[in-house]
Amino acid sequence: MTTPNPTLAGSFKTNWRQYIIYIGFAVIFVIFALTLADKGFLNPNNLLNIVRQTAMIAVMAIAMTFVLSAGEIDLSVGAVAGLATVTVAMAIAVAGPVAGVIAGLATGIAVGMFNGWLTTRVGIPSFLTTLAMMGIAKGVAMWISNTAAVPILSPGYSWLFGGGSLLKIPVLLFWMVVFGAIGHVVLRRTGFGRRVLATGGGETAARYSGIDTKAIKFRVLVLSSTAAAFAGMLYAGRLQSGRFQLGEGDELSVIAAAVLGGTSLFGGKGTIIGTIVGALMIGMINNGLILMGLEFSQQLIARGGIIILAVALSQKRS
Amino acid sequence: MGAGGQMNSEAAAGSMPLSSNVPLAVSMKGISKSFGGVRALSDVSLDIWQGEVHALLGGNGAGKSTILKVLNGVHKPDSGTITVCGKLLEDVTPEAARAAGVAMNFQELSLIPTLTVAQNVFLTREAKGGLGLIDDQTAERRAAELFSMLEVDVDPKALVGDLGAGQKQLTEIVKAISQDARVLVLDEPSTALAVSDVDRLFAFLQKLKAKGVAIIYVSHRMDEIARISDRATILRDGAHVITAPLSELPIDTMIEHIVGKRSKGLSDVARGDAVKGDVLLELRSVSGKYKPENISFAVHRGEVVGLAGLLGSGRSALARVIAGIEPAKSGQILINGKPTAIHKPGDAIAASVALVPEARATQGIIPAHSVASNMTLAVLDSISAAGFVDAEKVRSVTDAMIKRLSVKTASRDHAVSALSGGNQQKVVIGKWLATDPDILVLDEPTAGIDIGSKSEIIKLVRDLAAAGKAIVFISSELSELLTACDRIVVLSEGRMFADIPRDRLDDPAIDANDTAHRLQAAEQRLQIEIQDALKQGGEGLI
Repeated sequence: MTTPNPTLAGSFKTNWRQYIIYIGFAVIFVIFALTLADKGFLNPNNLLNIVRQTAMIAVMAIAMTFVLSAGEIDLSVGAVAGLATVTVAMAIAVAGPVAGVIAGLATGIAVGMFNGWLTTRVGIPSFLTTLAMMGIAKGVAMWISNTAAVPILSPGYSWLFGGGSLLKIPVLLFWMVVFGAIGHVVLRRTGFGRRVLATGGGETAARYSGIDTKAIKFRVLVLSSTAAAFAGMLYAGRLQSGRFQLGEGDELSVIAAAVLGGTSLFGGKGTIIGTIVGALMIGMINNGLILMGLEFSQQLIARGGIIILAVALSQKRS
Repeated sequence: MGAGGQMNSEAAAGSMPLSSNVPLAVSMKGISKSFGGVRALSDVSLDIWQGEVHALLGGNGAGKSTILKVLNGVHKPDSGTITVCGKLLEDVTPEAARAAGVAMNFQELSLIPTLTVAQNVFLTREAKGGLGLIDDQTAERRAAELFSMLEVDVDPKALVGDLGAGQKQLTEIVKAISQDARVLVLDEPSTALAVSDVDRLFAFLQKLKAKGVAIIYVSHRMDEIARISDRATILRDGAHVITAPLSELPIDTMIEHIVGKRSKGLSDVARGDAVKGDVLLELRSVSGKYKPENISFAVHRGEVVGLAGLLGSGRSALARVIAGIEPAKSGQILINGKPTAIHKPGDAIAASVALVPEARATQGIIPAHSVASNMTLAVLDSISAAGFVDAEKVRSVTDAMIKRLSVKTASRDHAVSALSGGNQQKVVIGKWLATDPDILVLDEPTAGIDIGSKSEIIKLVRDLAAAGKAIVFISSELSELLTACDRIVVLSEGRMFADIPRDRLDDPAIDANDTAHRLQAAEQRLQIEIQDALKQGGEGLI
C-alpha cells in the first residue's frame, strides 16, 4: 500500500512517471531548439506548422482518450476521417458548405453508431469491429469517389475548416483548443466523464454501482467516429479536396498520442491535456526529424524508437 | 471450547428491548429459488425489524447469499414476495431494491481501483457545482465527514487501488451507507478488517441502529455475531431453521442448528490409519509474503492433512507457497527429508509437488480445449520427441487417466467446458497425476460440484493416499475435511492454531456404526476449534 506523500518533492519522486510526457516534451523541445536553431525550428512559422500538422491527430486523440478510458479501442478513426473528406467534398459540390458540414458529421455519427451497436449489442470486441470498419470505410470512400480526388470550391469552408487564420493564428489551433477544453471538462467534471473512467477502471464494479456500461461504450464509440469525421472535415478544408487516402494510418499516431499522454490502454485512466501534449510531441518529432534532413525511412525508425522509450518510461513497474 | 455462555451475556447486554411491535424494515415471504433444477431456497420467510442487527447464519450452500441476492434484486425469486419498509417490491431488480432503500456491500466488487475514495463513494451521485459540473472538493469533504463519523482513517483523495484490504472494505461500507439506506446488508464485512477496525465498525453500526436502520449481518465468526446482533436467523440446505433473539441462542446451539442432522451427504470413507510411511513434506516455520505466518507441520506418505479455517485464514496462500506460486519469505520446506528451495512453480514440479488450484475455471483448465490437451498439458515435454507431440502417447495417457479417475466424457476430444463440474475437476486432478507427483495439494477441489461427485473426489483422495501419496487438502466444508483427512490443521489470520488428529474429534460415546451422528458430532467439535482459533487470532492482533 502506498500512502500519499505530503511533500510536493516527495510526491514528484513517486509520481514522476505520470509527468514523463511533459518532461519528455520539454527535453525534446530544448534539444531541437539547440540543434536545429539554424534550420529554423524556432521560427514562429515552423512552430505554427507543427500545430497545423498536429490538429487533426489531436482532435481524434481527444476522443480516443474517452474510448481508451472506457476500456475500448477504435482502429477505424483514420479511415473514417478519409471517408468524411469524400462525403464532405461531394456534399459541398452538390448542395454547398452547410450541407457539407452536415454530411461530414452524419458520416461520423452513422459509423460510430454502427461500431457501437456491433460492440455492445452483437458483442464483437471493439478491436475487431473497428478493424473491420477500417476496411469498410476506406472501401466506401474509394467506391463513391471512384478513387479520384473531389475538389472543394468553397473558400469559406476551406477557411473555417483548415486553411484560414485570424491575426496570424491558424483556425486549426482554435479547433484544437476548443476540442481540448471541452474534452477536458467533460472527462474530468461531468457525470458522463466519470462514468467513462469508472467503466474502464472496473466494469463489474461500475455495473454494480448502477452504471449502464454498454450505453457508455456505445457513446464513446460514437464520439470517436464523430471526432474522426470532424478531423476529416479539417483535412478536406486544409487540402481543399476530399480523397480516400487522407487520414490513412492516423489511428496509430492517435493511439500513440493518447498513450504517450498517460492514458491507459487497459482503461480507467486518461487525461486530455496529456493527450494533446502527446499529439504535439509526435508532431514536433516529425517536424524535427524532417528539419534534420533524415530520409523518410530513417524518420520512421527514429520516431518509433522515441515513442517506445517514452511509453516504457511512463510504465509503472510492478 | 464451549465459550458460548460468556459471549451470550455480552450480547444480551448490547441488545435493546425489541418487541414484535417494532415496524418491519424487510418482510420476505415464502421465497423459493432454483437454479437449473437445483433448489437453492425453498419457502424461506424472513422478517427484519427496523433498528436491529439481524445475523444470518448457515454453512456453505445454506442459501445465505442467494436470499441476499434476492433481497438485493440480483436474483428474481421463483415465488414469494418482498416488502421493504411497508412497500411491496413489484418488480425485483437491483434498481428497485436500491430505490426502496436496500444497500449492500459487495465484498469489494463495487469499487473502481482507478478512481479516488471520494469519487467511488459518490459514484453516479456526484456533487455538482456551477454549470452542473462535478465538484470533487465537496465530495471529498463529505466523504471525510462520513469517515470521521466512523472514526476511521481513510484519505478521501487516495486512489482505491492504493488502499489496503481493510481500508477498501471500510470504503465499501461507507459507500453503502452514504446512499441513505434503510436496510444495510453486510456480507462478511470484517473478513479483511483488523480488530481495531472491527470495533469502530461495530460502534458505527450501533449509531445506524439508533437511527432505525436495519442491518443484516452475515459472518462465519460467531464471536462477532454474539457481540453485535439482536436476533439471528439460521438457514440450512436452502430452508429456514430458526429465527430467535441472540439471548436464546448460545453458541453451541447455533452450531448445532447450522450443522444440523445429516440426512444426506457424505458417507464416511474408510481411512487407512496406523501404517504411516516416511515424512514426504515438512514445513518448518514457513512464512509467506503477507500470510501465512510461521507454519510448521509434516505430511507422511499415505496421509491426508486438512487445512481448516475461514476465508482469509491463509489456507490458499499456504498452498501457493508450497507450490512455488508465491514463494516463502522465510522458513524451510523439506521434501523427502531434504531442504528444498521452491522459488517458482517449476521448482515445485521438479520436487514432485502438484497443486490443484482453487479457481478451477481460470487456474485449472483451459475450458475450450479438449480433455486430452488439458490432461497432457503438464507433461508435454515427456510425451514429445524432437519438439513434436506424440499423438499416440497423448491418447494413451489421456485414456489411462480417464479410466483411472472414471471421468465421464463422451470422448477424449470433447471440450472440457462441456463436462460437469465434478468431471472438470477430475481432469485437473488427472493433469497433475500424469506428472506422477509424490505430494498433492488440493485447494477446494469440491467447490461448486454436486454431492455425488464430491463423494467420488473424496474417495479418490483417499485412494491416492493409500497409493502412497502425501496430500494437503483444503476445504471450507468441515464434513469433507472430517471425511477425507487423517489430521486437520486449523488456521486463522494466517497463523496455525491447532494440529488435530482426526480421531480426537470423534465422540467415543457415540456408537461407531451411527456414522451420520458421529460425523455431526465431530463437525461441531471442529467448528468450535475454528471459532476458538478465530478468537485467539483476533486477540493476538491487538
